[in-house]
Amino acid sequence: MRWHQATLLVASGCAMVEAQANLLEVEGARVRFRTLGFLRALIAGAKDPYIDAVLDVSFAVRAGETFGLVGESGSGKTTLVRAVLGLVDLWSGRIRFDGSEIVDRSDAAFKPIRRQISLMFQDPQASLSPRKTVRSSITEPFIIHNMADRDLEAEARELLGMVGLPVGLLDNYPHQLSGGQARRVGVARALALRPKLIIADEPTAGLDVSVQGEVLNLMNELQGRLGLSYVIVTHNLPVIRHVSDRLAIMYLGRFVEEGPTAAIFARPLHPYTLGLLGAVPQPDPDKRREEPGLMGEVPSLNNRPRGCEFHARCLYVQERCRVDAPVLTEVAPGRRAACHFPLAGS
Amino acid sequence: MAAPILDIRNLSISFATPRGSVDALRNVSLTVPPDRIVGIVGESGCGKTTLISAVMHLLAHNAIVRAGTIQFEGTDVLTMTEDRLRDLRGRRMAMVFQDPMTSLNPVVSIATQMIDIQYRDAGSTQDKLQRAVAMLRKVGIPDPEQRIQGYPHQFSGGMRQRISIAMALLMNPALLIADEPTTALDVTMEAQIIHLLRQLRREFKGSILFVSHNLGLIAELCDEVVVMYAGEVVEQGEVRELFHHARHPYTRLLLECDPARIAATTRRLPTIEGSLPDLANLPGGCIFAPRCPQAYGPCASEAPGTYAVASGHTARCFRVRDG
Repeated sequence: MRWHQATLLVASGCAMVEAQANLLEVEGARVRFRTLGFLRALIAGAKDPYIDAVLDVSFAVRAGETFGLVGESGSGKTTLVRAVLGLVDLWSGRIRFDGSEIVDRSDAAFKPIRRQISLMFQDPQASLSPRKTVRSSITEPFIIHNMADRDLEAEARELLGMVGLPVGLLDNYPHQLSGGQARRVGVARALALRPKLIIADEPTAGLDVSVQGEVLNLMNELQGRLGLSYVIVTHNLPVIRHVSDRLAIMYLGRFVEEGPTAAIFARPLHPYTLGLLGAVPQPDPDKRREEPGLMGEVPSLNNRPRGCEFHARCLYVQERCRVDAPVLTEVAPGRRAACHFPLAGS
Repeated sequence: MAAPILDIRNLSISFATPRGSVDALRNVSLTVPPDRIVGIVGESGCGKTTLISAVMHLLAHNAIVRAGTIQFEGTDVLTMTEDRLRDLRGRRMAMVFQDPMTSLNPVVSIATQMIDIQYRDAGSTQDKLQRAVAMLRKVGIPDPEQRIQGYPHQFSGGMRQRISIAMALLMNPALLIADEPTTALDVTMEAQIIHLLRQLRREFKGSILFVSHNLGLIAELCDEVVVMYAGEVVEQGEVRELFHHARHPYTRLLLECDPARIAATTRRLPTIEGSLPDLANLPGGCIFAPRCPQAYGPCASEAPGTYAVASGHTARCFRVRDG
């Protein structure tokens, strides 16, 4: 019933999806990693032996939508989704999934929720065990979740059918698959427990441009058919522009901008977003840029800049930015940005 | 036109494998004129890596050169003695690799690595260090006097790639081969490195052979483009000509597939149907025919030659010959 409903909603476009309740809600998420041991911190006299990989992140993913998470290496996008999956602990903040609060991940109540969220790993060749056949890789989730009493052979065949692979591949090992096939097996495994939300970490990294469309089209088709929601983590901006409904841009563990994908690409609000979009090389020799765009590098998490954390690289920096940290606020309907002087109107 | 720096003619290379002979490159011809940036673009398995290994004469032991010549500054690399090659590599031709973390030695300081690379020169160690520092400054390493004493792990990915470029240019080579030099980097860093390469080329009067699968980078940086598919050059020409008037169906499809070129957003991205042919068991006819939407009469049985499309623009396609 629910799947049917969601399919209808997807078919009737974004406006109706908005009416749908949020599937995933993250509020004030913070993930800290200890960088110095107790003794070394004591000796060094370090006040704070932690770094914040994710800081004050709040967002929601609606049923049936695709949410894109982009940022450069070290921006915290992978840590954020790992926290949603319970693979790293939240220091503070709350996560709600499908209406219920995730309180304790070790709790028996978490397992049924966890079943509804699955992860598609970045490199399927590396994330599939080289010693397991496709059959055992894609049926392993049933065993982990004590659902092995099902007809696993039938499940395996159905899953391969869903991702458009011949059942003949069931007895193959990962090294016998092409890059595109391995990617499809990764999708099949993510679908095994019929999740509501799939988190895809760089689903097209390492794929040739003629093959990446295949994987994205398959994901899109499955979304329409099963009413899935996706969170796609990527640094590939040209791809995310086509495949996501909404988008968040991360910098040093925080959201600096969030909103509908089309609006962000048409008119970014945050200078960092503008710089990021401008850095994408255009496959047209008439559109060469004389300037390299954003200069400098992402600062270290150990040494967060004062004021706005982007001010040292910002082309529009003003006095206030050096001292006063901006907060992510709604700048236009449905659009948030963490900037004192958002680029609206320009 | 001045004599080319690099002139590859009819190069065919196979690898002896347990499955039989894999014909990795077939009849490849290309030239790199002085002071030009030539881009090689193609997807996995197209033979880019085999081609640049052949230019450096660093082919695997099971490689067999079936035919062809690789003239570098007028002499054939393939028939050179090992001594002569050693003299060329690093000095007349240098290479920037994909991943700077694996191409720099992790246990030797940058200073030592950059002095070592000048071993052929007579000058004092102090002079060599000064030259290295000056080169690091040119590629945009801040505070190079201090930082040159550091080790690779103390630098960010972008900085490491800048160091690799500095090392490659230290001996002022005639040809710089860059093999996907920005694949390991973020997009903002990538833009900075491409900008740097373009700047340095103006200063150093050398040619660059730039290998990439990213059409955007090729358009951004290169003067000429060579498109490879499954071990063959299918099309080549001046960059504007090629991006605006591509004639080979493979080049056209490749351009169509690039999401950065699709103006209106879409959830159904184009793909190229089918898969690469088995290089150990090649089909007759045109190499791209099984996947080609425009294949006709001769394509399945006859191999096309190289036909001129416009001045300096050629494509290996019967459609060009037959108009």
